Amino acid sequence: MLFRSNPASGVPIYLQLMEQVKHAVETGALRPGEQLPGIRPLSEELVINPNTVAKAYRELEHEGIIELRQGAGAFVSVNAGAHAQAEKLRGARTIVAAAVKQLRARGVTDEEVRRLYEAALAGISGKAGSSG
Amino acid sequence: MAESSIIETVGLKKQYKNVTALDGLGLTVPAGSIYGLLGRNGAGKTTAIKILMGMVRPTAGRASIFGLAASQSESSVAIRKRTGFVSDERDLYDFMTVAQLIAFTASFFPHWRADMAKRYVRSFDLPESRTVKALSRGARTKLALLLAFCRGAELLILDEATTGLDPVAAEEVLQALVGHVASEGATVFFSSHQIGEIEQIADRVAIIDRGRTALEGALDDLRESYRRIELVFDGDAPAVQFRSPGAARVERKGRMLTVLASTGGEQIIEEARSLGAVSAEAWPVTLKELFLEIVLGKG
Repeated sequence: MLFRSNPASGVPIYLQLMEQVKHAVETGALRPGEQLPGIRPLSEELVINPNTVAKAYRELEHEGIIELRQGAGAFVSVNAGAHAQAEKLRGARTIVAAAVKQLRARGVTDEEVRRLYEAALAGISGKAGSSG
Repeated sequence: MAESSIIETVGLKKQYKNVTALDGLGLTVPAGSIYGLLGRNGAGKTTAIKILMGMVRPTAGRASIFGLAASQSESSVAIRKRTGFVSDERDLYDFMTVAQLIAFTASFFPHWRADMAKRYVRSFDLPESRTVKALSRGARTKLALLLAFCRGAELLILDEATTGLDPVAAEEVLQALVGHVASEGATVFFSSHQIGEIEQIADRVAIIDRGRTALEGALDDLRESYRRIELVFDGDAPAVQFRSPGAARVERKGRMLTVLASTGGEQIIEEARSLGAVSAEAWPVTLKELFLEIVLGKG
């Protein structure tokens, strides 16, 4: 359904999963209060390590995107945190869209844009994104 | 992070006449992990597993499971009671039918999970009245996995279990493994030369090469710390000895310098800039690249 993983990309799978959950919240595919798949079903569906799913969920809870309720599972947060996050991402999307538009106008190809973004991310986020 | 370890080997050596199969192997497998042992054919994976299962005695060093010595016959029996073993040799009693072999195996284990066995017979689509001999390779592996799961083993050791399976059967095996770990909390130690499988389901990995541990760690940590840095210079790239730690390997070709960084990519880029690099790009490193670097790129 919503999620997929690309184990060969070199990007940690839990980060991929976190991005996808955030994206789903941002687009409204997942709404506040809605339940996320359980750890076992999701790890079976994607055929990934259950610890990886658990790690993604823990980090998402830490960021206020979801809530983990004892025994009941994971739910999209109803509090402002999730909204703020969605707001933040909406804003970020506008910036990215503008940057892409500008780059295209300068004759930079989509493939080059993608490479530049990935390079910038890999260069910067290596430290900043990881340590918790 | 300080979980207890289920498997531990220290300085493990195995010498067969002229062949050194293991040359000081050290592994630590934490409880609850899916631990992938990656190596070429002949790197020592099967020898290590045979030592763990008490089938081969090490020449030197020690190996323990659940804190019990693997090479002592008494503790080895205790280990095997708590461990499910699936190898690609598939030494099942092949004259029995599937149902007979399940019932036969169940009789040895007081905590046999009959409900679980039923469930796996269905989900693996195993023909109960067929003899094991007549099963496809995939079905045999699934049956071996079922027998390991249902005895309530705390640890599963798989030696190249998906070798020779078609992609669908291999995926079903991996899926059953992650499902089992999710619901039962078992630890899985599996060897493979399929990098994709390890990247997909392992949370910890060891790359072994020529009987030694070349790299061991959490897969996410490796993914987050390793970078391939491509530096472009105006003229021919200089022969640099980087002072920044983490420059594991440097390759020079024309105007380009490619650095494999085990950590501290930013520092290396800064240093390169001060040396006149006009462009610096950092890329994530896949497990496949790391593996090839380790087994081929001995400097």
